[in-house]
Amino acid sequence: MTLTAQETAPTTTDGREVLLEVQDLKVEFNIRGGVIKAVDGLTFDIKRGQTVGIIGESGCGKSVTARAILRMVPKPGRITGGRILYYRRPRHPKPGQPQDLQVIDLTTVDPDGELIRQIRGGEIAMIFQEPMSSLTPVYTAGTHINEAVSLHRLLPLKKLGDQMAETIMAYRHVTREEAREIAVQMLRRVGIPKPEQRVDSYPHQLSGGQRQRVMIAIALSTEPSMLIADEPTTALDVSIEAQILDIMRELQRTANMAIMFITHNLGVIASMAEEIVVMYMGKQVERAKVVDLFYNPKHPYTKALLQSVPRLGPKTGQRLASIEGMVPDPLNLPTGCVFHPRCPAFMPGKCDKIVPRWNQVGENHWARCLLYEE
Amino acid sequence: MVNYIIRRIGYALILLVLVSFVSFAIIELPPGDFLTQKIEQLRARGDRSAEQQVETLRKRYGLDKPFLERYVNWAVNFLRGDFGESFEFERPVSEILGARLGYTIILAIATTVVTWALAIPLGVYSAVKQYSIGDQIVSVISFIGLGMPGFLLALIILYIAVIVFNQDAIGLFSPEYRDAPWSVGKVLDLLSRLWIPALISAVTGIGGLVRIMRGNLLDTLGQPFVEAARARGLRNRTVIWKHAVRIAINPLVTILGSDVFPSIVVGSSLVAIVLNLPTIGPVFVDSLRKLDMYLAGTCIVFLTLMLLIGNLVADLLLAWVDPRIRLE
Repeated sequence: MTLTAQETAPTTTDGREVLLEVQDLKVEFNIRGGVIKAVDGLTFDIKRGQTVGIIGESGCGKSVTARAILRMVPKPGRITGGRILYYRRPRHPKPGQPQDLQVIDLTTVDPDGELIRQIRGGEIAMIFQEPMSSLTPVYTAGTHINEAVSLHRLLPLKKLGDQMAETIMAYRHVTREEAREIAVQMLRRVGIPKPEQRVDSYPHQLSGGQRQRVMIAIALSTEPSMLIADEPTTALDVSIEAQILDIMRELQRTANMAIMFITHNLGVIASMAEEIVVMYMGKQVERAKVVDLFYNPKHPYTKALLQSVPRLGPKTGQRLASIEGMVPDPLNLPTGCVFHPRCPAFMPGKCDKIVPRWNQVGENHWARCLLYEE
Repeated sequence: MVNYIIRRIGYALILLVLVSFVSFAIIELPPGDFLTQKIEQLRARGDRSAEQQVETLRKRYGLDKPFLERYVNWAVNFLRGDFGESFEFERPVSEILGARLGYTIILAIATTVVTWALAIPLGVYSAVKQYSIGDQIVSVISFIGLGMPGFLLALIILYIAVIVFNQDAIGLFSPEYRDAPWSVGKVLDLLSRLWIPALISAVTGIGGLVRIMRGNLLDTLGQPFVEAARARGLRNRTVIWKHAVRIAINPLVTILGSDVFPSIVVGSSLVAIVLNLPTIGPVFVDSLRKLDMYLAGTCIVFLTLMLLIGNLVADLLLAWVDPRIRLE
């Protein structure tokens, strides 16, 4: 584990501080039939308070990326390359401990150790795709929130050296009553009616939308600096989806929390994210600001994805566009550019031979395509 | 919930009456009765007055009355606490069973504690370390336990104890304590021998439990709520025990009820016969063979009663551990 202290994190042109930097991340699954490269060379960053969307088809490596950040890649998967740099600001500095910004390479942290457990849930929280089964059936909503709160949330005990320039606080864990109070507050914030009663409800007494609200309440109860939302609304119906997205936006504004939003729903991502990473078969094919991506997509895969979105409006009589061909066998990926067998802009002799590089195609806009190479 | 319990007890009582009737009838099924065998014995000895003796006995035990009348008599007396008299021992059934009940309960509890204390941690270990060397070893042992009958294992252990270590392992007490009054020494002697039948029953009982625990836990560990619990920053140990095992253990609670309570009455009869243990099991088997019907009938009624109580207790336990099946 490389753990260095430095004054500042890298900042962007608009002066925002980078929170998480994924560099050339590789995750592989060693299975009987061979090696699946679930994530192959992913590079992006997330600034504090920013929302980054990750989109792609099922099985393109979106969820594996999220789990790699939390060091929870399921067996037999493992991180085989790259770095995940987390710029950590100690939230509860103890007297005598470094208060500077720490840079932690999460790929080298012990996945069962103390450090990653502080980060998981406490600093980087996650909500999941299946709200129906993401709560342990035998514990109440309050018990779940309590678990996270008593692990991660510290309250100021007293101020030490109040007169000095730097105020150092002493912290203590929350008591049982305080944890319950926080649980009720959180349930109210995520819009659950009668939170004083709902806090004692078991998961099976809650609806799908309410369960996802509870998941969000759990995740946000620890005031994390980043939230990973892995298809949080996929299992919910559209009106509930809109409510959940509203809640997430609202809470993000008040808490200056970064969100990594994973989805395959282009409509959802357009309304949530500032920047988007498009993945295909474990590879990052395009990365751009949301406006650039939707109005000026560069990679043929992104273009095809955008065309396959049904649009409301006058009847045009056209059939909905779909992407030609099938998703390739992950054990037997095509040579050259992995998208070439399905690509409308396929250049014979080139795309099936040469692996495209990660090319900058505009300001804050990258694409992995031979169309943009010499 | 109270209504539910009352209803369950009502059904249990009806079932108990039916079972007692059917078992009474089945004991009657083989041709002849206990006294037919007795006559054979007396005749073989050349006793001329056999017929007359038997007639008096037949009257005394009421065997000359029709089946239904005998059943009703027995059932009514049963409710008053009189379980009838054993032909074989010529003593009241309650006396025979009462003398053995204590040891049977001690053995049942010892066996249950040993079995569960071993099975649950082994099953959890096996699931958490799936396909590791430890898991393979546990699996092999539990398959052996599952496949080998208890009496065979008892014979093997007896052989090893007697022939190899020259130590007697029969019975629950050493000869010097067998008829001695209770003392600290006698209790220690009991404990030093109790582990043999407890271990035998545990090894044969453990296999199934380990496999069930392992399979359930593997299913549960793949559930999203386990991953969600880990993503909250909980320790692995907390995730496994508080979130996964807590859910995976439900089917075992049912087994606890339907397995442990009946074993208080009969225990593992074959092991007890081989080891010559003073428990109810051997007496029960013997009574069935000899058509000693009041003794056999009483055992069956209590066996059924324990099974019914066990199931009720299991259901209540299950409702207590799992809020999803609580009736509101």
